[in-house]
Amino acid sequence: MSTVPTTAERGDAELGAPDAGTLASLLVGQERPHRPSALSASLTFGWRAMLKIKHVPEQLFDVTVFPVMMVLMFTYLFGGALAGSTEGYIQFLLPGILVMSVVMITMYTGVAVNTDIAKGVFDRFRTLPIWRPAPMVGYLLGDVVRYLLASAVMLVVGIVIGYRPDGGLPGVLAGVALLLVFSFAFSWIWTMFGLMLRTEKSVMGVSMMVIFPLTFLSNVFVDPSTMPGWLQVFVNNSPVTHLAAAVRELMAGNWPATDIAWSLGWSALFVLVFGAVTMRLYNRK
Amino acid sequence: MSTELAIETTGLVKVFGDNRAVDGVDLAVPAGTVYGVLGPNGAGKTTTVRMLATLLRPDAGRALVFGHDVVKDADTVRGRVSLTGQYASVDEDLTGTENLVLLARLLGHSRPAARARAAQLLEAFGLGEAAGRQVKDYSGGMRRRIDIAASILNTPDLLFLDEPTTGLDPRSRNQVWDIVRAVVAQGTTVMLTTQYLDEADHLASRIAVIDHGKVIAEGTKGELKASVGAGSVHLRLRDPAQRPEAERVLAHALDATVQLDPDPVALTATVGGHGTDRGAAEQAARALSELARCGIHVDNFSLGQPSLDEVFLALTDKKGVAA
Repeated sequence: MSTVPTTAERGDAELGAPDAGTLASLLVGQERPHRPSALSASLTFGWRAMLKIKHVPEQLFDVTVFPVMMVLMFTYLFGGALAGSTEGYIQFLLPGILVMSVVMITMYTGVAVNTDIAKGVFDRFRTLPIWRPAPMVGYLLGDVVRYLLASAVMLVVGIVIGYRPDGGLPGVLAGVALLLVFSFAFSWIWTMFGLMLRTEKSVMGVSMMVIFPLTFLSNVFVDPSTMPGWLQVFVNNSPVTHLAAAVRELMAGNWPATDIAWSLGWSALFVLVFGAVTMRLYNRK
Repeated sequence: MSTELAIETTGLVKVFGDNRAVDGVDLAVPAGTVYGVLGPNGAGKTTTVRMLATLLRPDAGRALVFGHDVVKDADTVRGRVSLTGQYASVDEDLTGTENLVLLARLLGHSRPAARARAAQLLEAFGLGEAAGRQVKDYSGGMRRRIDIAASILNTPDLLFLDEPTTGLDPRSRNQVWDIVRAVVAQGTTVMLTTQYLDEADHLASRIAVIDHGKVIAEGTKGELKASVGAGSVHLRLRDPAQRPEAERVLAHALDATVQLDPDPVALTATVGGHGTDRGAAEQAARALSELARCGIHVDNFSLGQPSLDEVFLALTDKKGVAA
């Protein structure tokens, strides 16, 4: 009976271990399904982003509390001085501050990509036989949901403190839709930096450098005609100005064809240029 | 089919700055076997695996996986391999089920099929109860298991396991070994990197020893052992004055080089090497009785496998490469 301890030991070691027979049956006779389509793979990664929000709801802080703060802060800070009353000013400000806040929020994409890519799970994604941009597109699709949430929160706060869009629901929805399209496209800048820069901190630093001038030097707060000539040149050609003008007019019930065209044109350019650079970095990482 | 090569590399090189992490690696891995890649930290094992799994581009040389070039035909290669990295290649924020369903969906399974497959694998891997928990709350052994489960959602033709048992307790290590054996029994080729000779010995049929980005020895377990020695004998004598004589007797009896340890009463010798077919234990016993016959008092005796250090010493010694 000298083998008893050995048997007992082995029995213990195999506790909870896979049963060879079961495992074998799982491995054989299995058909490999067809590869998922580009859309299906991207949506699956979008679902991953949703699951992450479900498990780490704190990450919604930047799309809920931050936008509310932006609306309240700038309405009451500038309202009296710039438009005589906060109620008058918010009619002008809300679409603009909506654009500004959502465009600012896009920069968290870069930080998220940067921290995520450092983890082992990206190695697995990169060894899957799927459409290469799917993980990045899925990311941005998940972010679109965040932008939508931020937009909804800001519109509710705005309406509570006196914003009354003349375009009604269709105008507001059209404005938000354009904003989401632009933000999705603009986020490719951040996926690029997220892959390019080494640390989360440097991603944050670079993001600030880009986002502050780009959003403040626009028509979000004031009419650009009050600015010096050289600044007007920059402001009038900024994608954020075109977008803010388009969203403002859409929500006011107008059809600003030129500004819509500019906003979509910039969006296409962002996807083409920064999407391509992102994928190049992703493949070589 | 038996001669088909799962992996074939010629002059594979990867350079990071000044560091030639992989410096001309030639490998030929027959399909359907476990191939062990043995080496210390920083030897270039992981870098080699990452190139073969299409995660890194080689700077020079060529690598084929089932005849497909890992750079030019990366997508085909990705369709046939799976990688379980050194650090968990699953999403720690998601639950076990969510991880497997996500990956199964990405491999093209329908939603119900993905759920069914995930549930079966979790159950088979003893993770049924932990299925709904986030992976970050898993123990080291559980992480490894879910990681390997994720790698066999679609049975791969070639599975890379990068140090699958580093940092695991013996029980979890045995579980991982059982899984590897079951996977190989179904025809999957496994390339396993490890720092432990013991592990390579238990699982692999052929082994490549890598150091400083170069293959310094390659062969079947038998060949490799014959060149290094199957085991090493550690002796402690009662009287340090007897050590020189003990060294001479041992060297003669074992036909091996005997090392004098820093401890003045201790000696180490390798046995079972150089093509002898006599068992290590038998040789060691013979040496012991020889020592007794010469009146040398042995206080303590142990016979173990050569440590990785000893393998390296022996190998680098022979090849004239600085260790």
